[in-house]
Amino acid sequence: MASVCFYFQVHQPFRLRRFSIFDRGADYFDNPANQEIIRKVAARCYLPANAVLRELIERYEGRFRVAFSLSGVVIEQFQRFAPEVLESFRALAETGAVEFLAETYYHSLAFLYSRSEFNEQVALHVEMMRRLFGQTPTVLRNTELIYNNELARAAAELGFKAVLCEGADHLLGNRPPTFLYTAPQVPEVKLLLKNYRLSDDIAFRFSDRNWPEWPLTAQKYAGWIHQVNGNGYVVNLFLDYETFGEHQWAETGIFDFLRNLPAAVLSYPDDDFKTPGECAVVYPTSGQYDVPHMISWADTERDLSAWLGNAMQSNALHELYRLEPLVKARGDDALLHDWRRLQTSDHFYYMCTKHLADGTVHSYFNPYDTPYDAFINFMNVLDNLRGRLGRMSAAAG
Amino acid sequence: MRVFMLGWEFPPFISGGLGTACFGLTRALDRLGVEVLFVLPRPVSGPEAEHVELLTPATAAAEGKVIDAAAGLFRHTQFRAVPATLRPYARPEQAGAEELEAVPGGRLAPGQRRRRRSRPAGPADAGVFASPGGHYSGDLFAEVERYAALAVALAADEDFDIIHAHDWMTYLAGIAVQQYTGKPLVVHVHSTEFDRAGLHVNQRIYDIERAGMHAATKIICVSHLTRSIVLRHYGVDPRKVEVVYNAMDDDDSREPVDLPPITRDDKIVLFLGRITMQKGPEYFLAAAKRVLEVMDNVRFVMAGSGDMVRRMIEMAAAMGIGHKVLFTGFLRGNDVRRIFRMADLYVMPSVSEPFGLTPLEALANDVPVLISKQSGVAEVLKHALKVDFWDVDEMANKIVAVLRHPPLHATLRDHGSFEVKRLRWTDSAENCIKVYQAALGGAG
Repeated sequence: MASVCFYFQVHQPFRLRRFSIFDRGADYFDNPANQEIIRKVAARCYLPANAVLRELIERYEGRFRVAFSLSGVVIEQFQRFAPEVLESFRALAETGAVEFLAETYYHSLAFLYSRSEFNEQVALHVEMMRRLFGQTPTVLRNTELIYNNELARAAAELGFKAVLCEGADHLLGNRPPTFLYTAPQVPEVKLLLKNYRLSDDIAFRFSDRNWPEWPLTAQKYAGWIHQVNGNGYVVNLFLDYETFGEHQWAETGIFDFLRNLPAAVLSYPDDDFKTPGECAVVYPTSGQYDVPHMISWADTERDLSAWLGNAMQSNALHELYRLEPLVKARGDDALLHDWRRLQTSDHFYYMCTKHLADGTVHSYFNPYDTPYDAFINFMNVLDNLRGRLGRMSAAAG
Repeated sequence: MRVFMLGWEFPPFISGGLGTACFGLTRALDRLGVEVLFVLPRPVSGPEAEHVELLTPATAAAEGKVIDAAAGLFRHTQFRAVPATLRPYARPEQAGAEELEAVPGGRLAPGQRRRRRSRPAGPADAGVFASPGGHYSGDLFAEVERYAALAVALAADEDFDIIHAHDWMTYLAGIAVQQYTGKPLVVHVHSTEFDRAGLHVNQRIYDIERAGMHAATKIICVSHLTRSIVLRHYGVDPRKVEVVYNAMDDDDSREPVDLPPITRDDKIVLFLGRITMQKGPEYFLAAAKRVLEVMDNVRFVMAGSGDMVRRMIEMAAAMGIGHKVLFTGFLRGNDVRRIFRMADLYVMPSVSEPFGLTPLEALANDVPVLISKQSGVAEVLKHALKVDFWDVDEMANKIVAVLRHPPLHATLRDHGSFEVKRLRWTDSAENCIKVYQAALGGAG
């Protein structure tokens, strides 16, 4: 039995507007730009891809099943700028073949800095999933699949049944990511490990004409999936949803590939589709996946270096979370919401300097020319927020 | 390969980037085994001392002459000085604006013997000072032509494959030598009249630049910015125009600078360069004023001399920030290093900078840099803050950020100083050699 477990991440940050040290207002976010990006991605990806999934779910009468996580901040932007996208996700929820996972509402790195803030953000997110889609998530994924053993423990405390994480070769040894595992001493949470080879075949290599396997047909791919039989239970394909139409444009044939995939997979009677929650219910675990240090699904390093690789990122994050007790003591919802939207991991991703050395592009919808501009802009906003805290305490005086 | 190279300044007598660039490039070419015959003008002491001085590195060292630093560094290079007063960055319309050591030299009289100089000539030996309001413009162009004639005289006795002329003052010489010898000419554009003079382009200089570019088989520009200016204003074939970036060699033997520990509370923001229109000094001061609105513990240092110094002093005073702005005058040698060591940030707000070597020097001295986007060096540096020279608010925004946030300062400094180590003159020299080969392949 080989189960294809699709999980799609849907997220956009509230990007900051240009904010200099001389700016006085408390409007930090570039709504026009964010709106434009949401609508562009909606047209190229969210709406057409959702339509394809809807079509496939109906055609295969629920045998084709997938999972999503939608960050709280992207949903807020759908509500503001593209309500029809939210509607199309709601329609998918109603098919009963789509599972929604939990994450931090603000797609943040709170787990690294404040456990209480992390718990609050997860609770907020779970509540939103209930409200919008009528589902209570049983599976957790942390921002950008940042994971270590501690996260499994935290998930257990919050009552989750499973956690998604990266399947890192050096931690697996010669074991495949097609089995389920557990963290040491946390047997109640099952770990679903991303199958990075097969995931990246779609996410990165799909349109690469220099790839020996190009062009990738659904038949060929289903054959690879089938080979898992006897050596695992699940093929965990964890992807950024923007793969479909944004990273891989429609012209590459990515939507046709998706359309043909269920038939190709289901042509093997042993193979099927399951959501993460269903995998956790049905399949046993096969040993421990010991991850003492943080891993993620980002870049080639698959560690924290995308957000915490230099002094600027470290300083910005530190200064941000230092404000937590002050912000929460204020009891001002707008201020809290602003502070939280500054936690979104993208802000720190934009400050990353490692790419300047090797020239790779890290700049999808990146509003900044350089990581230095990203840091300066963020710190100016933070200064302004800190100033509001100061003024409020003076007023409360 | 042997190159007949025409320059107009060389260490240690430098007043700007051209001498540094020529030095770096020539030394790198030398290291790559290219033979260079470097011709440069030097002021001479008086009409009776007219002669052409033949210098080799050995004699230069022995007699303590101009190029004493060159001893041992140049194995394949010879230097020739011709008596001409081509002062770098001189402008025909200026007279008496800066300290002048100009001497309109005499000419070799027929039959006049050549004799060796017995002691080094330098500014102190300069005889007559040009009188204010004198016919200096005529003299400058006359000097350019004289240099050309003397260069041809030299070329007549030499054997070489290619001619390489640096900036407009040598172009007439380059053209003359090319016509005389038939060897291909490469002109090297370190700056154009449009960079130096903005809208008030001097027609005669422009004509010389244009003539040089059209006579040349290949044109080397120090940046794409300069290349686009050349293409836009001089009507040359784009296929002729190449880009070779300037560089920074870090392996100069630097004696450790003995600095007393500086206890200061104020941050220091440094402007170092000629205080002239092209370098944007007024934008520096305008940004300084903005910075001082939000920060008090900062001082602005303007290190350099130039035709706008007095105006800048007055401007700072009029803005009410005179007490926060320091003018050091022209700095040289170790004083430059000392001021870099003191600086928290180096700012280059140039209006039009063909390349800009000083930011590289700053980074090599562990000082982060904020540079104008309207500069050639902005094409090359990644770990630098960049700003449009006219965007004074953004300039101030970035200055404040660097001064206020040590992690930003540290990251820019560390990445920048590492980046500058990779900008080697050897790479520039190799690219020059490729241009030479293209010129030789295509010529005739």
